[in-house]
Amino acid sequence: MAKRIDVSGLSAFYGAHKAIDDISMTVEPRSVTAFIGPSGCGKSTFLRTLNRMHEVTPGGRVEGKVMLDDENLYGSGVDPVSVRRTVGMVFQRPNPFPTMSIYENVAAGIRLNGGRIRKSELDGVVEKSLKGANLWKEVKDRLDKPGAGLSGGQQQRLCIARAIAVEPQVLLMDEPCSALDPISTLAIEDLIGELKERFTIVIVTHNMQQAARVSDRTAFFNLAGVGQPGKLVEIDDTERIFSNPSVQATEDYISGRFG
Amino acid sequence: MSDVTTTRPTAADAAPLPAAALHQPRLPRWTPAALAALALAAGCGIGLGAGMDSTVQWGLIAAVLYVGLTYGLTARVEGRRQAKDRLATSLVWMCFLIAVVPLVSLIWETVARGSKVLDGGFLSHSMAGVLTIQPGGGVYHAIIGTLEQVGIATAIAAPVGLLTAIYLVEYGRGRLARAVTFFVDVMTGVPSIVAGLFILSFWIIMLDNGYSGFAGSMALAILMMPVVVRSTEEMLKLVPNELREASLALGVPKWRTILKVVLPTAIGGIATGVMLAVARVAGESAPIVLLVFGSQAINNNPFEGAQSSLPYYIYEQWAAGNDASYDRAWAAALVLIAFVMILNLVARGIARWKAPKAGR
Repeated sequence: MAKRIDVSGLSAFYGAHKAIDDISMTVEPRSVTAFIGPSGCGKSTFLRTLNRMHEVTPGGRVEGKVMLDDENLYGSGVDPVSVRRTVGMVFQRPNPFPTMSIYENVAAGIRLNGGRIRKSELDGVVEKSLKGANLWKEVKDRLDKPGAGLSGGQQQRLCIARAIAVEPQVLLMDEPCSALDPISTLAIEDLIGELKERFTIVIVTHNMQQAARVSDRTAFFNLAGVGQPGKLVEIDDTERIFSNPSVQATEDYISGRFG
Repeated sequence: MSDVTTTRPTAADAAPLPAAALHQPRLPRWTPAALAALALAAGCGIGLGAGMDSTVQWGLIAAVLYVGLTYGLTARVEGRRQAKDRLATSLVWMCFLIAVVPLVSLIWETVARGSKVLDGGFLSHSMAGVLTIQPGGGVYHAIIGTLEQVGIATAIAAPVGLLTAIYLVEYGRGRLARAVTFFVDVMTGVPSIVAGLFILSFWIIMLDNGYSGFAGSMALAILMMPVVVRSTEEMLKLVPNELREASLALGVPKWRTILKVVLPTAIGGIATGVMLAVARVAGESAPIVLLVFGSQAINNNPFEGAQSSLPYYIYEQWAAGNDASYDRAWAAALVLIAFVMILNLVARGIARWKAPKAGR
């Protein structure tokens, strides 16, 4: 069920401003691909183009192709809503729905999509998703309590459970650990390791060690200067990027001699 | 914390910084109360001595004395910064009192005068067959009128206002949205008599319908709509964008996101806004005079024939100008205040009940 993503010649704009320029890469199925790079280089923008969330921003516009196996996400007649059902997303800040309980948060993707589903079946999906997000043991006795009452790390795992409950093919994560403490971060990193058996995972991170720990392949993004669009510098196996990158700028960034 | 208290830049200790003066003399906690009592006593004394007959003047003298005394004493004992702090505190408190005095005296007056004839009979009888100079009669027909007219107005204005606000916040871009916002702002300023005249010329003169509660409802709806739009708009803007994105990223269509995520998150505030709009129009009398005409008898049908309403009833009874009708006017005013207050309490209840919960 995991799918390969093939991006070719992709540029994204905010109004007249070009945020990323001509990016081409392949994301392998059932693997973790990490995006690293300085702030403002377009990692998050690029990530959001992969499930057509970029165009939700007023003025957001995309040129180029994103192939999910053999379907172009930006082809004519493609419904962004069904793209987002196939390519799920976890955000930087945990954002459970404040009006909903833990159970309803996990079930939200199914219920809000209008799926008629039997209660027992839905119970099963919720349990499976919470187990998949390593949260089941902590919340199984208080599923009817508000999701906003959990700790930050638990909320983020709740959001992951919510995202995987709709069974996407690809899971995009935009700095999922940047608001969390080291213990919660570890829990989420372990979880990513488990989830890659089932999903194609793309993660944006500012934490070099995290990229080295969790990812199979790493892409380094950079920008020529303030106001310039971000570019993909290189993408390679994580080991190579961190030991022997082929571009000098990558080595400079990773070793901290940047700029 | 420490650098705030140690580097107090006054003229005296500007040259070398004093060795960490963490302890400073403080006035005892009861000082403000004692000063207030002193100032009040002095104010009354001066007022009596000078033979001023307005107690408002006594109060003003006491207030000025209190502020001066507090500032002087604190500046001597605690220093200039604390003195300014206390000065600001007393000014805030005084503004609060000035704001509360008319409110309390209004309610006091209405309750004192209105409770005289307010009883079960007053609430359950109309004015049919009662002469204005007679005691007796009641407000039942006016309550029916207000409930029906305001209810219909809400049924018209709330959905329209809600949908307009959703359009403005979630969909509206560019010129059309700006135009809608502009006209909503203009409508906020439309005087109620103008709304009444508009319906009068359109509904009653042009379309040749008779006076009815419904005609009044339409004018009230015009007055309600901009209030509902404005308050709902503000509430929808408060919903964090992250929630919308979270829902969209789950593959939920935009309209369902609005219906199931955005609106439930804001519903408490929206309900409060609608209730405030209701409270605003419940006290309107000008459009009622023009469009509903007023009546002494019970008319349960808002679509046919003249009705009364609480604000109109108050006006009518006061205009009659004798003791029995004055009593009725005050009692009706009390009923109207109670009606608005109950609506507000209901709105608060809904807001609290529906508010996003963060408990564990």
